[in-house]
Amino acid sequence: MNDLWQAFFKAISLVVTLDDKLLEIVFLSLRLSLSAVGIALFIALPLGAVLALTKFPGRRILVIIINVFMGLPPVVVGLFVYLLLSRSGPFGVFGLLFTPTAMIIAQVILVVPIVTAITRQVLEELHLEYDELLRSLDVPWYRKVTALVWDARFSLTTAALAGFGRAISEVGAVMIVGGNIDHLTRVMTTAIALEARKGDLVMALALGLVLLAVALGINLFAYSITETVKRRHQ
Amino acid sequence: MTKHPSILPLKIENLEYEAGGKHLVKNINCEFSQGKRYLLLGPNGAGKTLLLRLCHGLLKPKSGKVVWSSGKDINPKHHQAMVTQRPVMLRRSAYANIDYALSIRGVDKALRPDMINAVIQRTGLTRVAHKLATVLSLGEQQRLAIARAWVLKPQVLFMDEPTASLDPPATHSIEELIHEISAEGTTVIMTCHDLGQAKRLATDVLFMFRGRIKEMSSADEFFSGPQNDLAQAFLDGQLIWWKRRPDKDDVQI
Ligand SMILES: Nc1ncnc2c1ncn2[C@@H]1O[C@H](COP(=O)(O)OP(=O)(O)OP(=O)(O)O)[C@@H](O)[C@H]1O
Ligand SMILES: [Mg+2]
Repeated sequence: MNDLWQAFFKAISLVVTLDDKLLEIVFLSLRLSLSAVGIALFIALPLGAVLALTKFPGRRILVIIINVFMGLPPVVVGLFVYLLLSRSGPFGVFGLLFTPTAMIIAQVILVVPIVTAITRQVLEELHLEYDELLRSLDVPWYRKVTALVWDARFSLTTAALAGFGRAISEVGAVMIVGGNIDHLTRVMTTAIALEARKGDLVMALALGLVLLAVALGINLFAYSITETVKRRHQ
Repeated sequence: MTKHPSILPLKIENLEYEAGGKHLVKNINCEFSQGKRYLLLGPNGAGKTLLLRLCHGLLKPKSGKVVWSSGKDINPKHHQAMVTQRPVMLRRSAYANIDYALSIRGVDKALRPDMINAVIQRTGLTRVAHKLATVLSLGEQQRLAIARAWVLKPQVLFMDEPTASLDPPATHSIEELIHEISAEGTTVIMTCHDLGQAKRLATDVLFMFRGRIKEMSSADEFFSGPQNDLAQAFLDGQLIWWKRRPDKDDVQI
């Protein structure tokens, strides 16, 4: 018990003193996950909007596929990306396996379904609500889309945050495609897994605390958005 | 408004509408001319809302036509507006709701504030202008919907029970407003359930029953004694309840 407390306090001091090794891992994690979310938004927002606002053959199947992907275990996604990027795989020539790029690709695949699904639902509901007025005003389609996206911006931000949460807290996929290489592809979650196994509880705990703080930050941000919306309602 | 050629008269030809396997609007033939105030009267479920929405193009008829008298260089959709029974509010401020309508019609940004403020003041929305529209009271939302439609200076304004949820002073001021809108040359086509209001506003009355227009006449003629028995019963407050039976319009009075 005493050992645990000691480890805990050492972990806190690592965080407070901004330990170099810790910071390196934290910043790599943030950089990868932010890039992944950024790229994912470019795919997910238009895709969600198309699914919400247009009808085309295969739309329902696409919606189902996206929902399936949303519940896919990350390790499976990792395995899939691994096979694609491995030297004998179709994209093997690019030599991306065990690089940060491979990890971003895996995270994008994890984030796109969740953001797409939320985007689709939010825009579909808002469209249902607005449709009559927009048709009455004879609004051209591109201005419909901008109005819907703009008026749904708070919900869409929350979707992006949810995507970021999934990206930064995920272990399995980035472990497989990144390889958890020190200074190169070692992120918070994979480092925690490794250090815990090695018995270095201090580092594992310190990273765990940072991860917790990130999760808290995301939720506070999301909360403040909902509060802003509520305040506007008064 | 006078700059543009008129989109009126509006001719409705053999208009039919079906939904859910029911024949809801039947064989409508009528004409709406410029500058008048048309009141659609009839019991609940008569098809008044459907007819307005068909005229405005929100619904596609099963057959028949809605014909606007416009040439090639004018889009009739851009010269009409509608205030629906349950108005749609954009999730923006009341002010921004009106601004949006103007921006869609391509009104210059610099001209908008004056137009918006004038119409906000005229509809008594000054106090709530910067509140989120979706949290306004029903009556305020209805006034906002009227403001948002009126600011476009449409040639034709459709209104579905525009004063249904308003208090007496607000109702009075909306009636004044409707007269004002009409005086500017806008043709008003509206529904209401208040016969007093119909008398105060209408130049012409259309009486609907079970998806058909049973009588169309000038307000004077209608209120001094309609030709149609059902219309008379309606005026007397005796046409109260009816069951839809396929293609039979006779009711027990
Ligand atoms: N999509 C639909 N499917 C089936 N029935 C419908 C549909 N839309 C309207 N109706 C029916 O058509 C009839 C006419 O509806 P409408 O809304 O035009 O009545 P109204 O004259 O406006 O009545 P109220 O005075 O109550 O507003 C009603 O009986 C209604 O139930
Ligand atoms: Mg109605």
